[in-house]
Amino acid sequence: MTASSTVASGLSLGLLDAYDSDGFYCEMRDGAALDPRIAQVMARLRQVSPDDLRRRAEIAESELYNLGITFTVYSDRDAIDRILPFDLVPRILTPAEWDHIDRGVRQRVAALNAFLWDIYHDRAILRDKVVPESLVLGNPNYRPEMIGLDVPHRTYVHVCGIDLVRDETGGFLVLEDNARTPSGVSYVIENRHMMARMFPDLFDGIAVRPVGDYGMRLHTALTEIAPSGDAEPRVVLLSPGIYNSAYFEHIFLAREMGVPLVEGRDLTVEDGSVWMRTTAGLAPVHAIYRRLNDDFLDPDVFNPDSVLGVRGLIDVWRRGRVALANAVGTGVADDKAIYAYMPRIIRYYLAEDAILSNVQTNICAEAEGLAYTLDHLHELVVKPVGESGGYGIIIGPRASAEECREFRAKLIADPSNFISQPMVKLSVSPTLMGSRLAPRHVDLRPFAVTGKSTWVLPGGLTRVALREGSLVVNSSQGGGSKDTWVLE
Amino acid sequence: MSQTQSQSQSQASGEALSRRGPILLSRYAECLFWLARYMERVENLARILEVTDTFVRHGADQSGWLSIVQINADEARFLEKHDAVTAESVLRFYLSERDNPSSISACLFAARENARTLRPLISTEMWSQVNVFYNRARELMAGEPRPSDVSQICAFLKEGCQFHTGITEGTLFRDQGWAFYSIGKYLERGDQTSRLVDIKYHTLLPSVTDVGGAQDVNQWHALLRAAAGYHAFRRVYPSGMIPASVAGFLLLNHSCPRSIVQSVHQIETYLTQLGSTYGLTGANRVLEQLDGLRAGVMDQTIDHILQRGLHEFLDWVQLQFLGIAAAIADAFWHSKEDAT
Repeated sequence: MTASSTVASGLSLGLLDAYDSDGFYCEMRDGAALDPRIAQVMARLRQVSPDDLRRRAEIAESELYNLGITFTVYSDRDAIDRILPFDLVPRILTPAEWDHIDRGVRQRVAALNAFLWDIYHDRAILRDKVVPESLVLGNPNYRPEMIGLDVPHRTYVHVCGIDLVRDETGGFLVLEDNARTPSGVSYVIENRHMMARMFPDLFDGIAVRPVGDYGMRLHTALTEIAPSGDAEPRVVLLSPGIYNSAYFEHIFLAREMGVPLVEGRDLTVEDGSVWMRTTAGLAPVHAIYRRLNDDFLDPDVFNPDSVLGVRGLIDVWRRGRVALANAVGTGVADDKAIYAYMPRIIRYYLAEDAILSNVQTNICAEAEGLAYTLDHLHELVVKPVGESGGYGIIIGPRASAEECREFRAKLIADPSNFISQPMVKLSVSPTLMGSRLAPRHVDLRPFAVTGKSTWVLPGGLTRVALREGSLVVNSSQGGGSKDTWVLE
Repeated sequence: MSQTQSQSQSQASGEALSRRGPILLSRYAECLFWLARYMERVENLARILEVTDTFVRHGADQSGWLSIVQINADEARFLEKHDAVTAESVLRFYLSERDNPSSISACLFAARENARTLRPLISTEMWSQVNVFYNRARELMAGEPRPSDVSQICAFLKEGCQFHTGITEGTLFRDQGWAFYSIGKYLERGDQTSRLVDIKYHTLLPSVTDVGGAQDVNQWHALLRAAAGYHAFRRVYPSGMIPASVAGFLLLNHSCPRSIVQSVHQIETYLTQLGSTYGLTGANRVLEQLDGLRAGVMDQTIDHILQRGLHEFLDWVQLQFLGIAAAIADAFWHSKEDAT
């Protein structure tokens, strides 16, 4: 690269010259004080001209389209590819920060699995009244079909994504657990590839922990839960098909694992086993990484109208003739209402305090929580417990009096459907906006893979809310993503 | 399937894994077959449109446009949307009209959706090229093509298909998937060549008195160019342009990459490979089906074919290709039961 293309001219403003993180914790500026390598990256960014960064960002965007790192929106006669916007300024974590997250995530996954085993077997935690029985047994995601069923290594949540945010002090807090079919891991790896192509100069001399072995780790975990007896168990990824918005990720993971991506119509149950239709006839299947919700898995057991699943699959699974990841019925554990009890659940099963704290949470199903929420609506974030993707949320401090009044009525009508939390002052990361870097709020979703034991991908998906001041990072609501570096 | 069968099959497929390479999902085999067919169809259609545009547009006789509609058996659908057969209406019908399933636009869309399904299997380069090709082609074909644009659009389309062919040759893993892809490609190519030759005999030659006239020779040139065979033909037949030798060249020449004989030979080779190398016994049934076509084209002379009627012969060839495609579907992806 020539000096002229990268060094900001004296006349124009540099990328970071007007940057002000405005009282929020800044992943770059505050990080630079913790690790000289973050300071080094920041110094390098100062040397990049806005035009140069803009140009690289444009190339990156067209590459995402051309490579098909996209989700597809189908209209009646066409298929329009959309990309998840990608920002070229990385989010960097120090070794100490990562160690904390890694331990915290593994602890949380262990507690989630212990909790799931318990509620589908002894129900000790309900008997001991640590978690209200009605919250669990009355939960629509509690699956009676799971009662008494033993899963290999007592692992229910093989792939877990735990959403973390940082508050203004720089401390990490858990915002949400995703224990069903969390997505986004493909972007973690593709973002790294993209950075290596677009910004190799930013990495110079800085050792970043690799993320490329996720597929192998996932494959290993799946072979660990496959029925024993087959020397080389056959693993498949079960996808709803090309119309699913996460189809790119399904492709990505099938490729990285080196296994077939199958749809329900490719599988059949015969003689108590699961088979796939190949050009040579039926071939046995031993482990299924399914990216299909519980409801659609098996029309015999769940939604009878599902054409995406496989008739008889659950019966084969219950007999231990095929492995399913994640297990059925994990949705009860990542429910927003259960979330409030996670610190107590961790203490109950592991006799440890939570390494990663929750955001303080008021449960509106409880009189005390509801009263507090109603009194402090203007300063709280209130979320419906059953929704995902950031839908149905009200952010008190940002809502109009009219919106608050409407929401109050909804809340009183069905309080058990809501929890509330104080508004966390999410950390920010410098993000390219036009021709300068501006602070934008970010979160972090680390991914944990569990077969016999738990491994956490060193990195995770950093999502960024691209709209100024916005706290909603979801891709469906104007979010983008960044490469996440964990320093060696 | 009984318990014992399934157990023995399980062992057999274990062996197959080590000796014959990875198993292939039926759906992927079908998509590979169709990806190849659609790309080949786009290339052939682009060739026909380009040659017709160059050699027919400015002549007094516009029947060349009609013949494209006729050989694709699209008359009814075409007349629903267009009042008259003109260069413009035929070009629009075959370039950009998505309602027309035999348009280049529709074929490219289908190719891309097949490629999308195949993304777990094919190289990133292969997918990326089809994806970018589709998007650029759509932009290029949007709106009314100006007469001066047609040859450029067709050149772009041909080049895109050839780019696809090259990337596929260079990156597609050589397991049974390659055989299914290749069978699809040669089946489509043979079928398209039969249609191309049919254009000439079906409609371009209204009366015997035209034979050998300037216009006639011009049209034979066009035909050869559409099949990328003009210069090769000149080398094989340096003197003269007897219609029979052109037809013979495109149908029966073993070295012509687009001849029917070459297609049949390639299909046979890959079907045999599916049977012997990959142990797919379903291939034997398709090979039996292929026998009829092979007997009908190998060791034939063009004079013999012309005596019996070229158009009738080409019709029969097309029916044979249809039958083979159906036999392949039955053997490898429609059968729900154990194929062995």
